[in-house]
Amino acid sequence: MKPYMGVKIAGLDLRNPVMTASGTFGYGAEFAEYVNLETIGAFVTKGLSLKPRAGNPTPRIVETPGGMLNAIGLQNVGIDAFIEKKTPFLRSIDTPVFANFFGNTIDEYAELARRLDHVPEVAGLEVNISCPNVKQGGIVFGTDPACARDVVSACRAATRKPLIVKLSPNVTDIVAMARACEDAGADALSVINTLTGMAIDLKSRRPVLANVTGGLSGPAIKPVALRMVWQVARSVRIPVIGIGGIMTATDALEFILAGATAVQVGTASFINPGAAGDIAAGIEEWLAAHGVSDVNSLIGALEA
Amino acid sequence: MQFTSMILSNVEVSPGYWRMRMTAPQEFTEARPGQFVMVRVSGAIDPLLRRPFGVFDVGIHIPSHSGAAPQPYFEMLYRVVGKGTAMLSALHETDLLDVLGPLGKGFDLGEPGEEKLIVGGGVGLAPLYLLAKELVKNSPVRLFAGGRTRDDVLCITEFERLGVECYSATEDGSLGERGFVTKVLEQRLDQTANRGAMFACGPHGMLEAVAAIAAARGISCQVSLEGYMACGVGACLGCVAPGRNHSPETPDFRCVCAEGPVFEAGELKWGGAA
Repeated sequence: MKPYMGVKIAGLDLRNPVMTASGTFGYGAEFAEYVNLETIGAFVTKGLSLKPRAGNPTPRIVETPGGMLNAIGLQNVGIDAFIEKKTPFLRSIDTPVFANFFGNTIDEYAELARRLDHVPEVAGLEVNISCPNVKQGGIVFGTDPACARDVVSACRAATRKPLIVKLSPNVTDIVAMARACEDAGADALSVINTLTGMAIDLKSRRPVLANVTGGLSGPAIKPVALRMVWQVARSVRIPVIGIGGIMTATDALEFILAGATAVQVGTASFINPGAAGDIAAGIEEWLAAHGVSDVNSLIGALEA
Repeated sequence: MQFTSMILSNVEVSPGYWRMRMTAPQEFTEARPGQFVMVRVSGAIDPLLRRPFGVFDVGIHIPSHSGAAPQPYFEMLYRVVGKGTAMLSALHETDLLDVLGPLGKGFDLGEPGEEKLIVGGGVGLAPLYLLAKELVKNSPVRLFAGGRTRDDVLCITEFERLGVECYSATEDGSLGERGFVTKVLEQRLDQTANRGAMFACGPHGMLEAVAAIAAARGISCQVSLEGYMACGVGACLGCVAPGRNHSPETPDFRCVCAEGPVFEAGELKWGGAA
């Protein structure tokens, strides 16, 4: 018998628990030639801002052992161009789309949530709170529970669509952040965003990235991500989406055992455009081979 | 397209430079000059990302013994610069590789009949051989190849065999003129009233010099850029280059993998880092 693969995130039914992570799958069309988008549970757009963003100077990416650092600088077309140019493609696919977005002030966040609330092609929102708050001395929203609560509350008030909050791992207490977001009305939590890192070129004695620091992703961060998913999932009542170095179905299943209801595949899509679909197929195969009839029965089923 | 490719040969053609021939699907032989491939050098997680390589040549191998099917192939010319390329150089005939490609936009071949000037620096010659092969069908072609030493000037014999007139320059004078290849290019341009088209691939400084020469003389010039990239399909946005009108206020980044790697030199912003 075919195992049941459907999961529910923030009130939305996904055909399987595998999503693509923001910033690794463009606006969907980039991968259409290589992937059947209807083999994945949902996909998340590149992060959107009110105005288009140029992003950082190059070099923007560098490979590190088992991972990569990126400092793209949130380059994106902006909300207007997204609605005008990118949504027609989204209309053509039968897979839920989450629009990822970020702002520099609480008002910008709220404005984006309000605008995305009216976009019919967008099934849900994922808010990136790993940005500096320009009105409060640049403190990163997602590193201070009170700040995170304020920004999530403002977004919550601006949309009735499912609202996912993507947490930064660059904090002392991820559970405090998770609880603050849950209290402020988040429907689900994506755990984790990239870990801040750095690479140095000894020959030139300079940082490799033009931005000096960047976000580390890939298999190198998987153990940290697993630990944070496990900590968060046992501390909140809303679903957790596990992210961090997932390359295979085995990796994804480990996150599900740790408490994730769904997972996001990021860096793996760069290496294999079909990674998310392959991982979904791999999970189904594993469930069938192990006599598990419903993927939901594995969520948080870690024996400890 | 994404396919599993079998290595047919992998040969060091000059110290540190390798030429690899690999099987490809039939459709791959329609790759345009200037397009590239993303190769996964290992199934493990280190190195993690694919590596981009220009398509050096495409063709169909007709086996000498009767009965065997003709085998479409492509070739890459690469330089060992790090862990990924070192692993690639250690692979042998019959080893398998995961390949994504052909990717990106290739060269526009220009008008038949007009003289074509190709400028390559070091391993930048890689995408220029297939270009020369196409151009010689309709136009006289001259190649200007540069490198630090004679070891960095690659595959000149192959270009000559196509009927391309080759000029070379090395920084140490061990082959051709001593100095930069752009000097030889300018000498040639000074001698003729050529208003053909220029094509270049190589280090960024060389491309910038070639673009300036072309602009000063009103000659059309296409350049093929390199960039740090993770995906090769326009998603990661790692490999952008600033367009002509780029400024922090009016962002105009071009994606090297998806909008390039070949650009009209005049479309780009030159001078200084991005």
